Amino acid sequence: MSVFESLRLSLHANGGVLALAGVMLFLPFLLTSDFHYRVIALVWIFSLAVVGLNILMGHTGVVSLGHGGFVGLGAYSVAVGPVLLGIPVWLSLLVGVLLGGFLALLIGKPLLRLKGHYLAAATLGFGILVFMLFSNEVRWTGGPDGMSVKRLNLFGWEVRGAQTWYWVGAGVLLVGAWMARNLERSPTGRALQAIHGSEVAAAITGVDVAGYKLIAFVLSALYATAAGAMMALMNGHVTPGIGDFLVSLQLLTMVVLGGMGSLLGAVVGAALLLVLPQFLTVVHDYEHAFIGLILIVCMIFLRSGIVPTLHARFRKYQ
Amino acid sequence: MSGPLTAVLEVRDLVIEFGGVRALDGVSFHARKGQVLSVIGPNGAGKTTLFNVVSGIYRANAGQVLLAGQEVAGQPPHILARRGLSRTFQNLQIFFQMSVIENVMVGRHVHEGRNLLAHLCGLRSVGRQNAATREQALRLLDRVGLAAHADRLAASMAYGALKRLEIARALAIEPLVLMLDEPAAGCNPRETAELDEIIQDIARSGITVVLVEHNIRLIMKISDHIVVLNYGRKLSEGTAAEVSCDAKVVEAYLGTVDTQAGVVSVVGA
Amino acid sequence: MSEFLQFILAGMTVGAIYSVVALGFTMVFNASGVVNFAQGEFVMLGGMLTVYGMALGMPYSVAALFAVVATSLISVALYDFAIRPARGAPVYALIIITVGASILIRGLTKIAFGTGPRDLPPLLGDEPVRVAGAVILPQSMLVIASTLAIYLCLWLLLQKTLLGHAVVASANNRMAAQMVGIDVDVMTRFSFSLSAAIGAFSGILISPITLVSYDMGTMLALKGFAAAILGGMGSPLGAILGGVLVGLSEAMSAGYLSSQYKDATAFVIIILVLFVFPNGLVGKSGHERV
Repeated sequence: MSVFESLRLSLHANGGVLALAGVMLFLPFLLTSDFHYRVIALVWIFSLAVVGLNILMGHTGVVSLGHGGFVGLGAYSVAVGPVLLGIPVWLSLLVGVLLGGFLALLIGKPLLRLKGHYLAAATLGFGILVFMLFSNEVRWTGGPDGMSVKRLNLFGWEVRGAQTWYWVGAGVLLVGAWMARNLERSPTGRALQAIHGSEVAAAITGVDVAGYKLIAFVLSALYATAAGAMMALMNGHVTPGIGDFLVSLQLLTMVVLGGMGSLLGAVVGAALLLVLPQFLTVVHDYEHAFIGLILIVCMIFLRSGIVPTLHARFRKYQ
Repeated sequence: MSGPLTAVLEVRDLVIEFGGVRALDGVSFHARKGQVLSVIGPNGAGKTTLFNVVSGIYRANAGQVLLAGQEVAGQPPHILARRGLSRTFQNLQIFFQMSVIENVMVGRHVHEGRNLLAHLCGLRSVGRQNAATREQALRLLDRVGLAAHADRLAASMAYGALKRLEIARALAIEPLVLMLDEPAAGCNPRETAELDEIIQDIARSGITVVLVEHNIRLIMKISDHIVVLNYGRKLSEGTAAEVSCDAKVVEAYLGTVDTQAGVVSVVGA
Repeated sequence: MSEFLQFILAGMTVGAIYSVVALGFTMVFNASGVVNFAQGEFVMLGGMLTVYGMALGMPYSVAALFAVVATSLISVALYDFAIRPARGAPVYALIIITVGASILIRGLTKIAFGTGPRDLPPLLGDEPVRVAGAVILPQSMLVIASTLAIYLCLWLLLQKTLLGHAVVASANNRMAAQMVGIDVDVMTRFSFSLSAAIGAFSGILISPITLVSYDMGTMLALKGFAAAILGGMGSPLGAILGGVLVGLSEAMSAGYLSSQYKDATAFVIIILVLFVFPNGLVGKSGHERV
């Protein structure tokens, strides 16, 4: 295989990630204020969580109504670490992410033995319990008013500012998306897709269904926790609301809207849900109704989500 | 004549109950290497239940299952796959949203590496693994005559082709024992003839084939040994000729034994 | 001792509401196989729409009737526009649909009525009654009594009337019911509307005690769900028992442990019960037919 051939194949395989990188590089030409940068930075950060949730939902069909809990965990880790334990912010970040993964490992095993509605309800319960913890433990977390978050300091460079976070968020998302893409094209990825297709057949074919579901769950938790940490670091402040039921719902809606199992869909979903309200100024009050309606309409008419549906239509015309 | 000692698959006194009903009531049989063993019986006799117990989907209440001499009853399906047991399903459990070749590639899972970190980072080794898996999958597709459709979406394939796809996927494990649950169901005569060829080819390669089927003509043609089940019990076993002459078998299928009608014509019809 | 009794009474009062929500879950689940996450919203709507009706000038009883009827209609609309079109969809889709419906109802309520809690006047006055050293509001007694009455009426309906039998038949085997001439869709709509009606009715009764706000539905749904799975999804008696158990646990933990985490009790129950019994307490582990 010539260098040219292998390059072409590599391009095809990583098309989505490269397209994303392209958008990230050229978008700043359209952004004119700090506020714009901040919104898009939030899109990158949310997308990271959605990519992770996609690994779980898109393949194993597990509906998680509690991933906000992991987001909250990440956010509060970077807030609480420096204050309570005196450790530097970057270490708190690392510890937080690992904590999220560890927690997922712990509760994932019994949780994933559940099916359907029971599983969804248990994840909801988990998310709310985490939220309550942050809300109630005022000594540690500042309670409902929240607490301030020290800025991330990497070798003397203080990471702050909307534009900085635009690039940091973009970079981290790119890495996360690249890893998710690699996963898709690996034996693990095939095992996950098989589980989505038919759990019984996957098991018979040698796939340890419970084990792989756990892997997907832990990965999604790691992504969500990292996103939460970045959100807190960018805002400089954190309140329990960062990990409440609404956030879990937003993440769910982004996955469903953009497309289950689709990498690009994750970003599209996040973008639509975060950017569109900016154009409809009334929206904050309408947020709940809006989300609810989208969820219903999507599941009835656009079950695969926007990106996969467009992709399928496009394929038909080739 | 070699007996249970050289059996690749042995089932002893298997019992399973569902809410008071004994779906399997002490079933025993064994299959040797390269043999084609068929399990037949009227509807509700317990054939698919037997498959589900042996392949680890159901847990037996009593009895043993030995694979290559090792006790495996109660093991989960994915462990059995690693030990060399694979099967197909009566109601087609295909991964419809994956391509034809990807379905078979999943079958290679037990032979692939499981380094999660390598998978996440897209290391060269993973690429090489994927290429090797794809090549082996392609060879298997060729064996069942589906190589030309490798990259088509499984959901777009015809019923008969999907039956063969499931067999290819099951073969990807490189099993000792392959269990086929009604592979000829819903197939026309041409498809059944193709199936006949494939099954015999598999048996020739040294894999033990255990078959559940209703297509009596196919059974009579390719089976080395037949086990007849009825009401969860073994009614009879032997070669095709032996079983078709067994009055108990005829009675189970037809309800009465008419000695004047001629037994052979009834079963061989 | 009187303190203990106080907690019992408090627990039974909230437990009664959870029982009704659980009953609603059970009814809809039996009729359509769907767990309707919007069940809690019906309780909220009962109270909220009654307040609205009274603000429009209707007398209490008329407003209450209006609220119950309106909520039933909303539930039927939910079935016809969101659930029926998705018939045969995979489980995750149905979950998302009902969650979406619950959020939609909540969101619309927020837009229409704002976020502040609303109040309804108690029906039997607000003089607490003394019972063996503990006090209980007459309204609470009404709540408990009416829940028992609801269960009794439901039992009579399902077991003793032809309509009830038709509903049970449709739930058990859709196709067989159709074959004997039962209009299964009508039966399902009936189940949906009935589950909403009892929810709304209970919501009206509980509002004088707990106030009604646009976001109370989510918690109620979760706790009602905890009650339903505790008692075994699909069993009406289990729903009642489960509700009482959840209510009592909540009151006890609020009284003896920490009132801050009182809401957490139900979730801890959900998680613990399901971890030990992945199919609920009475649910059978289904064998997937392959």
